[in-house]
Amino acid sequence: MIKAPVRKIIPHSLVDGPGNRTAIFLQGCNIRCAYCHNPETQEMCTESSPTEEIKWMTAEEVFKEVERDIPFIRGITVSGGECTLYPEFLVELFTLGQKAGLSCLIDSNGTIDLSKYPELIEVCSGVMLDVKAWDNEKFNKLTGGNNRNVLKNLKFLSDLDKLEEIRIVCIPDEVDAEDILKGIKSTIGEKISYTNLKLIKFRNHGVIGRLKEAESPSDEYMNYLKELALELGFKKVKIT
Amino acid sequence: MTDILGLVKSQKLTYEQKVLSLAQAAENTLDVLHIPEKTQYYFEKNAIDNLFEGNAPYRPRYILPDYDKFIKEGSEFLQIEPPKDLDELLNALMILYRHVPSITSFPIYLGNLDKMIAPFLDGYTDEEIKKKLKLFLNYIDRTITDSFCHANLGPEDTRAGRLILEVERELQNAVPNFTFKYDPDITSDEIAELALYTTMFCANPAICNHKLNKDTYTTDYGIASCYNILPIGGGAYTLARVVLPNAAKLAKDVDHFFDTILPECLEALANYMNERIRFLVEESGFFESSFLVKEGLIHKDRFIGMYGIVGLADCTNILMKDEGKRYGHDKEADDLADRIMHTIHEFLSEFPALYSPISNNRFLLHAQVGMDYDIGITAGVRIPIGDEPENMSDHLRHSARFHKLIPTGCSDIFAMETTARNNPSAMLDIVKGAFDLGVKYIAFYEENGDLVRITGYLVKRSEIEKYKKGEQVLQNTTHLGAPNYDNNKLQNRKVRGV
Repeated sequence: MIKAPVRKIIPHSLVDGPGNRTAIFLQGCNIRCAYCHNPETQEMCTESSPTEEIKWMTAEEVFKEVERDIPFIRGITVSGGECTLYPEFLVELFTLGQKAGLSCLIDSNGTIDLSKYPELIEVCSGVMLDVKAWDNEKFNKLTGGNNRNVLKNLKFLSDLDKLEEIRIVCIPDEVDAEDILKGIKSTIGEKISYTNLKLIKFRNHGVIGRLKEAESPSDEYMNYLKELALELGFKKVKIT
Repeated sequence: MTDILGLVKSQKLTYEQKVLSLAQAAENTLDVLHIPEKTQYYFEKNAIDNLFEGNAPYRPRYILPDYDKFIKEGSEFLQIEPPKDLDELLNALMILYRHVPSITSFPIYLGNLDKMIAPFLDGYTDEEIKKKLKLFLNYIDRTITDSFCHANLGPEDTRAGRLILEVERELQNAVPNFTFKYDPDITSDEIAELALYTTMFCANPAICNHKLNKDTYTTDYGIASCYNILPIGGGAYTLARVVLPNAAKLAKDVDHFFDTILPECLEALANYMNERIRFLVEESGFFESSFLVKEGLIHKDRFIGMYGIVGLADCTNILMKDEGKRYGHDKEADDLADRIMHTIHEFLSEFPALYSPISNNRFLLHAQVGMDYDIGITAGVRIPIGDEPENMSDHLRHSARFHKLIPTGCSDIFAMETTARNNPSAMLDIVKGAFDLGVKYIAFYEENGDLVRITGYLVKRSEIEKYKKGEQVLQNTTHLGAPNYDNNKLQNRKVRGV
């Protein structure tokens, strides 16, 4: 079995998707967000250079830990870093999860083209997708990466009804939240009415990147975005 | 001897608290119960404990009147006609509550409130009902000044239940305790989540595993006082307890504990409880004179003796000291604890209890949750505070194993992180899993809330602070909660959820 670098397993997570879930955090990310709040998971690592914090584990080994939390959980969520950097591992883990009746979610920055991994999409119950910016320049400035695949995944996952949730981290000026909301609507159309939208208020807790001293947006701004989303036709909007 | 003049002069006690303490002091001047020498010895060692029930029982410890009958028929003694609308109902209940005796002299069971109220709601708006409920609930909180008082909700999803939950969240009262009877086959996820959401603001309601508790008696059951599962139209004559760690301290070794000390304690306490029941039923005149009996709101044949145990964890750890194994963490320790439980269970299944047909003339085991004077004694069969397993799953599996042999109430309490407010469905998943495995009862509260569950009852942290400064506080239970909060290091209770 393939091994993946596991940074942390949280047996009972109340914040990684619907219901109570075991959350698995994989090490390594392919972008560098200026507002990343767990930058310790960014660095890629190899099996030959082991560290104390990271354990290379097979899907079976991870699932053994997950099993302890059945029947208290309704599913698992794999996050990161960027967990879609390890698609084969995810396929194996989710296959075990599905067999045990657990819903299996991916928490992703969307920069890996998921249409190339039909096997993964088959066993994955849904993806919680970050849309960090709509304009590619903004995206690049914020993350160092390119958002072409994010937009492609948005459409691809929505068409398959595997878009569990869309997330936007909100910081005025840095993030073109209004454009994101409008862009999502023009991409997935009617489906916004039943797609979960989470508007995340930026907080600089844990941030070491460029935005480490940036201020959180006001509640008024967050409510303004929520109102805008509702006007556009989103129905399931949450501010966190 | 109680310092009676001290009670009279106290500035810390309210007038009402003085009257109750003086009444107990008077009762304790009597000596009417026959207590053998050996029993006296175990009382002195505090290996068995009568929980200050008083020397001359003149009312059952816990009474659960048949409120449905009262609502249907009214009361001749109280000169109350059957209520015809919501105002009349709430008023009638307020009057009856005043006349339900108990060990605390306050009613310890207020009924399945949502079901009682539901038929009276037609024609009122939500706002009108909430206003009436607030007045009713505040009256209860300010006059029943003891939080060993319990109201029930569920298992059905009703408008009344939802409105009570909404009102509770606003009021932040310590009295009454609420318990929601939960059964996934009957209760909707929506109201279960609303109940759990509410508990994250006001530490109420706790959640009872309806499926596992509903067939405890041939009659319907209620949750009363501090999580006691008791028959409606009856209750409990008495509750006394074996203080397991104190029994263990008297034993030379494990064999001595199982062969001599434990059996002697079990027998001494059981005989003592029968002696209390005998006096109450045969001599006190309660069942001959109470209007509750005459009007059929309670029945003598629906009372039981609650046989309490406390400190299974500490007892096990004492017996395992040489091996260094711990209850809740090591298999050997848990297996030993299991052996203790089965020994107690076997004893109780043989020992005849007086006047207890509803429990087949047997005492029923209860996980007693502790007293304010307990130090180093963990509630019932719980894992000691501060020593809880890292993973909540392990904790709950352990609970399920040890709840199994306890029919009249056992529970676990979890302090939750504030973030759980955003995801009550996650808490419901935990409840579903736990109940599926056999956990009988579970309570949550939010880590920073003012209302905190001590061992089962609720106390406000702000009131504890007042009491510590020597000020008068409204509720008796703050007197118990203040030392308990410190003695049991409740601030160290493991906070769950990420």
